[in-house]
Amino acid sequence: MPTPRLDTATPDSRATDGAPRERLVVVGNGMASLRFLEHLTEGCPGRFDVTCIGAEPRAAYNRVLLSSLLGGEIDEGATAFRGLDWYEAHGIRLITGAPVTAIDRENGLAIVGETHILPFDRLVLAVGSLPIRLPKPGMDLPGVITFRDLADVAAIRKAAVQHARAIVIGGGLLGLEAAAGLSRLGIDTTLLHVMDRLMERQLDHPAAGLVRRAMEARGVKVILSADTAAVEGEGKVERLVLADGTVLPADLVVVSVGVRPSVALAQAAGLATNRGILVDDRMATSDPRIFALGECAEHRGLVYGLVEPAYEQADALARHLAGEGGEYRGTHLSTSLKISGLPVFSAGLVDTPADAEAVTLFDPGAGLYRKLLLREGRLVGAVFVGDIAEQAACKALIRSGDPVGDVDDLMFGRPAPQPLAA
Amino acid sequence: MTAEVRTTCPYCGVGCGVLATPDGKGGAAIAGDAEHPANYGRLCSKGSALGETLSLDDRLLHPQLNGERVSWDAALGTVAAELQRIAGAHGPESVAFYLSGQLLTEDYYVANKLAKGFVGTPHVETNSRLCMSSAVAAHRRAFGSDTVPGCYEDLDEADLIVLVGSNTAWCHPVLFRRMADAKAKRGTKFVVIDPRRTQTGQEADLFLGLKPGSDVALFSGLLVHLTENGFSDRAFVEEHTAGLDGALDRARQIAPSLQATAAATGLAEADIAAFYDLFARTRRVVTAFSMGVNQSVQGTDKGNAIINCHLVTGRIGGVGQGPFSLTGQPNAMGGREVGGLSNMLAAHMHFAPEEVDRVRRYWAAPRIITGEGMKAVALFEAVRAGRIKALWVMGTNPIVSMPRADHVREAIRGLDLLVVSDIMANADTAREKARTTVLLPAQGWGEKDGTVTNSERRISRQRRFLPIPGEARPDWAVLAEVGRRLGHGKAFDWPSVAAVFREHAGLSAYENGGTRDFDLGGLTDIADSAYAASGPVQWPLPKRGGPKPRLFADGRFYTFDRRARFVAVQPPGLAEAAGGDHPFVLNTGRVRDHWHTMTRTGKSQRLSAHRAVPFVEIHPEDAAARGLSEGGIARVSTVHGSAELEVMVTDAVATGQLFMPMHWNAAYASAARVGALVRGVPDPVSGQPELKATPAAIEAVAYRARGFVLSRTEVPMPEGWWWAKAAIPGGWGVQFATQDGSREVALALRGLIQTGGLELAEYADHARGRYRCAVYDGSRLVASIAVAPSDARPDWEAAKALFAADEPEAAERRALLSGRAATEAAGPVVCACHGVGLDVIAATIRAGAGSVEAVGAACKAGTNCGSCIPEIRKLLTVETAKAA
Repeated sequence: MPTPRLDTATPDSRATDGAPRERLVVVGNGMASLRFLEHLTEGCPGRFDVTCIGAEPRAAYNRVLLSSLLGGEIDEGATAFRGLDWYEAHGIRLITGAPVTAIDRENGLAIVGETHILPFDRLVLAVGSLPIRLPKPGMDLPGVITFRDLADVAAIRKAAVQHARAIVIGGGLLGLEAAAGLSRLGIDTTLLHVMDRLMERQLDHPAAGLVRRAMEARGVKVILSADTAAVEGEGKVERLVLADGTVLPADLVVVSVGVRPSVALAQAAGLATNRGILVDDRMATSDPRIFALGECAEHRGLVYGLVEPAYEQADALARHLAGEGGEYRGTHLSTSLKISGLPVFSAGLVDTPADAEAVTLFDPGAGLYRKLLLREGRLVGAVFVGDIAEQAACKALIRSGDPVGDVDDLMFGRPAPQPLAA
Repeated sequence: MTAEVRTTCPYCGVGCGVLATPDGKGGAAIAGDAEHPANYGRLCSKGSALGETLSLDDRLLHPQLNGERVSWDAALGTVAAELQRIAGAHGPESVAFYLSGQLLTEDYYVANKLAKGFVGTPHVETNSRLCMSSAVAAHRRAFGSDTVPGCYEDLDEADLIVLVGSNTAWCHPVLFRRMADAKAKRGTKFVVIDPRRTQTGQEADLFLGLKPGSDVALFSGLLVHLTENGFSDRAFVEEHTAGLDGALDRARQIAPSLQATAAATGLAEADIAAFYDLFARTRRVVTAFSMGVNQSVQGTDKGNAIINCHLVTGRIGGVGQGPFSLTGQPNAMGGREVGGLSNMLAAHMHFAPEEVDRVRRYWAAPRIITGEGMKAVALFEAVRAGRIKALWVMGTNPIVSMPRADHVREAIRGLDLLVVSDIMANADTAREKARTTVLLPAQGWGEKDGTVTNSERRISRQRRFLPIPGEARPDWAVLAEVGRRLGHGKAFDWPSVAAVFREHAGLSAYENGGTRDFDLGGLTDIADSAYAASGPVQWPLPKRGGPKPRLFADGRFYTFDRRARFVAVQPPGLAEAAGGDHPFVLNTGRVRDHWHTMTRTGKSQRLSAHRAVPFVEIHPEDAAARGLSEGGIARVSTVHGSAELEVMVTDAVATGQLFMPMHWNAAYASAARVGALVRGVPDPVSGQPELKATPAAIEAVAYRARGFVLSRTEVPMPEGWWWAKAAIPGGWGVQFATQDGSREVALALRGLIQTGGLELAEYADHARGRYRCAVYDGSRLVASIAVAPSDARPDWEAAKALFAADEPEAAERRALLSGRAATEAAGPVVCACHGVGLDVIAATIRAGAGSVEAVGAACKAGTNCGSCIPEIRKLLTVETAKAA
């Protein structure tokens, strides 16, 4: 039984003026964590004695590319952000493959099982979230896999042998990505979604229809209003049964029905939590020495599951710790991404409320959809599929609430500048 | 490989030779016949596009009785029985025929013979009454015969061409090209006399924009000027004319001085003086006149006022000299030769007892008529009054073209028997119903076979080069069959169309001996083979002595004393003065690329691009005063009816005047039938109605939304909408206006376009009243819709280009929905022959093309028929001015 090692300050743990530096421990090494570290080391290089500890065996990588990796479009190397040399060069001690198991607030210690004990003056929790498994029979059968990290990708690829039939549960962004990736591998793939449209939180019906069409064009069968009742099989997945009795044969079930913020560690440490770890505008938890950001944090009642707010939070916290008075006031939710190559953008309201006017452009054959929601001449929502060129302008208008000048410019793009008449 | 066939263009009276090479699929390649002396290979935009008008869409292909398809036997059985019954019960004068300048001479001949010799009715009228009957009457009063003295060569040889009431550049483009060549070659001067500054007027050396109906004053003043200043040809006047004194007296009353003429015509004295001086000092002068003269309550006097000036100077019958009536229809002249007008009997013979007897004997006619019948306006009044019970309409659309056309429509519905011989099932008249209605499918251009005569008395062959569609038959054969069924077997027993022609030629020569101008004695024995092969030939063509290009060079006319007559004309005036509730004078006429009521040219996308919607021209000051703006919709109304037209603001029309085109029928526009508006008071001599000067009012019509529909097949517009339909490349285009909002428009149009199985791409901004839609069959664009508030009316040029391209690319698909051009649009078509748009021509000029020739070399515009050259010249001026 190994003795936990008390990790004390490294030899250069003094600032140039000789005063001992504050010890900053960052728990988690995901995308939010890395962005925080980047900004922190830029904003106040050398101020903190930084240790970052991640549960996954690899340093932070681009989770957004998991489906591309799954689909074989890129290799694992392409998902990397920063090499270990970067951490070293910036004086960051990086420990990977080591989940923090407890926080001793009284003594200011972060404990990694029985291997590490990390004293801290400040602690940042960027522990992300956990994929949800449906509370249905058979979810523990071999062959039922979530889609969240590199390990999941490896597991899926291993199961996705020739002639395998895959079912992806969940028509959110990740589910779509997983299904598209599987289909690209040549796997017979069916996507199940419990709602009557894909990505219902970001897309209205026509937009979701286009996305569905794009998925189908990529070889994915899509079944909507599909309520999974059970996964069945003898020792491994063999079939999936829907609530309406439909039986779908399956060798692999990928579950992508959402995530739950990882709050167990914070709860155990007695920090205030709700769905996520409660933070204020400085990203501070109920313990002012401890901060949280990313998908594990709950700010003003909202838990975000997207990269953009996580980055904004990382930004704010880094500025705050650098003494620049960074504050985070929430993110105007917008989604701007490519689903297996199809650009999609959504910001503000999605469905048309009674007191707003919709301006729509819909060319299903061209894979093009645009909706602008206007209330008294002001943009309150936008959904784009196929071409999202004006997304920045839309986001700015939604955030500012300024009157929209030329709706056509927003809808169709500014006409190319005309050459001056000779 | 099919051989080319020599035939004759079926449009205006120029009568151009056409080479048609059938493609074996119902179409044909069209080219000008370089050997035809009317055009020497040239064709105008309409002639060039003949190949686009040959489709069988909307053709009448089978006989119908009261809306049901029947056999020819049943149809003609009904016609014969009903004619017999009605003539028996109400007298033969209760039967009337209304014919057309579109008919071939042989058709005309048989109809005239059947009616006037065998049914026994004098009521054989023709749409030529609306076209040039005033010229006929003026000729007869002056020459004693309906003789066009000169020929086209005179236009090449003249030093001055005076164009009166004639937009020759648009309506007789090939002749205008000849005139332009003369100008280039010998410096021929053009004087254009017209209330409206037409494209022809813009090409004039001197344009005289006189007050409507004041022509008589201008030419009376000229007669006075010529006689008082020593320009009269005393010898000619003394030896070959009579009546100068009376005519001169009257002229002096009307226009005693320049000041008086200026007051009467509204022209500047200096301009009048310049014209008079030019006329007086130029020996080779041709005065060509058309509908501006003829379609008038004093059309005959206008014609004689012109002829008086040629008689007094002896400028008639010589090379490059003479009055010249330019006819509007391909065979108006043939109809006149046959006698297919109610005030003629046959073959330039009238109702002198010996003439009646001569025709009776030639025809062996049991019921020869002895006097004139009713002229068109009176004839339809009689239909309305129930005195005419049976009417046979052939090849014309009186519900659009007759004045007070709504009355005509009502009248026709009250007939016991309506027979319509037509090629189009959707002609307005063919869609009407009387108590008994018989529709007879006629053969169209390229299907029928016979002869036509052009404005210079030249007889040319129209030849068949297409298969006969459906059960269509030659009109002459149908008429002959009815004649036989009425018991006149021998008189109507021709084995061929050539046999009909021989009989017609025979009548012209019968007991002629030089007493009648119209003499085809040289052709009375023409063999079928010679008829089949014959080329164009001018009359008179007596048995001895070849064809004569000009008449009256010898000073011998066809009056009893062989002297020409000066005519004392009435003071100028319109039938009805504008004022009160109807302060405008409504002028009417043709546009460049359409023909008559559009039943044929409406099928051609090239011809429909130049003017796609019916419009009204109004002077900028009048427009401003009435809140009318370019492209808006206005209601033009007269006491008789109203039309809704797109406003075209232009100083080509003078203040106080409006101009609307005569073409749009009810199949092409919701409310643009010109005939519904005009009063049409007839000229007391010729009976030709005044169609170009009806008191009218104009007001803006505020529609909530404007838009367009492009579709592969025709889409009917909902009731109550304003609309105008035009053929476009790849299908049909409709522009519309409506009081509905964009949401309702979207619903209505999506319902009308069969969208089942098709994919819709849509842009909707109903809050701002905007909606656009593209309908795809796979990747092929099959329909496109756009609607926007009236003040933001969508332009359809870009959409039309994409529609023509069939399968738009992604950026173009977006452009269809955005209404923003993906690529540069070509602009409204200027050159219809080569489909070159205004923007392209303007760009060509900006790129350095500084002349009409350079523009043509760069983008081909204007290099075919040349009828757009005036517009190109105007663009040159505009663009050059911009650059300066």
